Amino acid sequence: MTTTAFSHSASAPVARAQKGRSTALLLAGIPIGLTLLVLTMLCSIAFGAADISPHVVVDAIFAFNPENTHHLIVHTLRIPRAAVAVMVGASLAVAGAIMQGITRNPLADPGILGIQTGAALGVVVAVYFFNIGSLTLYALFAFTGAALTAATVYALGSLGRGGPTPFKLTIAGAALTALLSSLTTLLLLFDQTTLEEVRFWMAGSVAGRDLSLLFQAMPYLTAGLVIALALGRQITTISLGEDVARGLGQNIAWVKGLSAIAVVLLAGGAVAVAGPIGFIGLVIPHAVRTIVGVDYRWVLPYAALTGAIFLLGADIAARMVLHPTELPVGVMTALIGGPFFIYLVRWRVKR
Amino acid sequence: MTTEPWVIVRNAQLPISVRIDRRVPPVLAGVTLATLTLMVINIGVGEYPIAPLDVVKTVLRLPADNADYHFVVNVLRLPRMLVAASVGLALGVAGAIMQGITRNPLAEPGIIGISAGASLAAVTFIVVVRSASAGVVSLAAFIGAALAALLIYLLAWRKGDSPIRLVLVGIGLGSVASALTTLMMTFGDIYDVQRAMIWLTGSVYGRSWAEFWALMPWVTIFAPVALLLARDLNVFNLGEEVAGGLGSRVALKRGLLLLTVVALAGASVAAAGAIGFVGLIAPHLARRLVGPLHEGLLPVAGVLGAFIVVAADLAGRTLLAPIELPCGLMTAAIGAPFFLYLLIQAHRR
Repeated sequence: MTTTAFSHSASAPVARAQKGRSTALLLAGIPIGLTLLVLTMLCSIAFGAADISPHVVVDAIFAFNPENTHHLIVHTLRIPRAAVAVMVGASLAVAGAIMQGITRNPLADPGILGIQTGAALGVVVAVYFFNIGSLTLYALFAFTGAALTAATVYALGSLGRGGPTPFKLTIAGAALTALLSSLTTLLLLFDQTTLEEVRFWMAGSVAGRDLSLLFQAMPYLTAGLVIALALGRQITTISLGEDVARGLGQNIAWVKGLSAIAVVLLAGGAVAVAGPIGFIGLVIPHAVRTIVGVDYRWVLPYAALTGAIFLLGADIAARMVLHPTELPVGVMTALIGGPFFIYLVRWRVKR
Repeated sequence: MTTEPWVIVRNAQLPISVRIDRRVPPVLAGVTLATLTLMVINIGVGEYPIAPLDVVKTVLRLPADNADYHFVVNVLRLPRMLVAASVGLALGVAGAIMQGITRNPLAEPGIIGISAGASLAAVTFIVVVRSASAGVVSLAAFIGAALAALLIYLLAWRKGDSPIRLVLVGIGLGSVASALTTLMMTFGDIYDVQRAMIWLTGSVYGRSWAEFWALMPWVTIFAPVALLLARDLNVFNLGEEVAGGLGSRVALKRGLLLLTVVALAGASVAAAGAIGFVGLIAPHLARRLVGPLHEGLLPVAGVLGAFIVVAADLAGRTLLAPIELPCGLMTAAIGAPFFLYLLIQAHRR
């Protein structure tokens, strides 16, 4: 049975509903998306506990006055927060798109490589054993945890004949994820202080992140994005089936390895900065494929744009819904994205 | 000497004939025996140790050497053990059905919102209502699971059903429910949150005959129903079009199978909380042991599920005694390495 399991390709139902868009249209969409992104960023910077009007935001950026409280808020809090949301959203969405393309499983997301679970365990270990309490050090432990876990999953999934097949990867990932999350739960059940300390982090948030934290993660995220965008063509071929890709003379092992590295850099970097924010990696790629089709040369950049805009929007909502209480943005992404995703599935998935 | 790779079971009176893999009877007998042994050992272990033979005697109501045995075994430990085994059985069968319907190796009962719905309801009662009794939490969990599954089924219905839409809508609704759960876990009182976490992990701690009798009817009715539908699951494996072409009333049968999953997994989540991993791993192990035909796969997955939960409970009770770890923690902690080991072994050959 399991050999036929992947015959439901992630994109098959979508492909049937969608015959592909013309290149000109797809090209035109990019600047439109970028404009939307900038507008959302401005909104994100303007809205918050202290309402700041858009022209003050523009002033703060182009004519910064350190005496002005609003300018200070914009510079020290709002801009870093918006920048973090953009990078994290884009990275998670691209990482998710790669995972779904490579494994051809609609349930795949970076979580399959154990990224988020590994990061969570890393942070819980940091708090439980080393009493660490700074976001910068959390990031270090989270990234280390994520990278180690992903490497282990990949190694385990590569054992035996056929190398890292999607089936073995997903199964190894599911097993290791279950193991690590039970270890995390164990530590949290033993120690209430740790639970108290990490529970907000574990819900995922972009609040209180400063630019230095983002700059720390920036090299990983950028490298990941570059690798991902460069692999667009190869991922499209693999998403059509490994036999097809092999038949077309593609070196599958290399593409898979590089893709995995990109996913670790992107999703690992994102989780290090913002905690485990779910849903984006899973849902944005689905949403993007319904619009731009199944060519990953387009899916990946659109996923980056959509992911960034979506996380910015979710973060604005997280600040405004229960104003002045802030919700974790990881909760908000699911609350907004969930219903939208269901609508999309009902509307688009014909089979 | 060539033997047929399957056995055909026919009954002269009843219009029933089943073809099962030749490996099924010995495997089923072996795993059942192992599970029963483990249950006896588990009942014997604890602060008040009882020898295995005495456990068997006490359970069978034979005259035992010690009058306390009856209370410790039949009142305290036996119901807990039966709950563990039934929960495992239900989850194993439900998981095998889900993987059969969706043809996705990552599928488990959670996909149709069972654990997300149950968790949301239970955590609401633990963290927000706070004073709710265990019985209320359990009932809420069952209703939450059923409602989530129903909602997912209805939302996925559009001029007919579709496994892929079901899976995707399940993801959407499941993540909304778990986001709300996370919200409560993030802002709730820390003591309640820790209690909720134990529930979310899944545990059979302190389960009594009341929980067992609440769970029992669901398992005794719906596990056989699953077996009756095994042949349809086999046909689904050939693909949607083939199944329809072979005359299977696909939507009806799939609806019945999903109902079975909801009943089995919903009842078990109400009894023991959201025990994970069993519904995922038991069918995979079973498939490795007896192949993909569901007539044999379903019972073997069920008994393996029971074995896993009982073993996890035993480990949880003994590993850090006297501290008790919830068995939902151990299903993954023991199951996952074992599963990985099997994965590696199978691909070495």
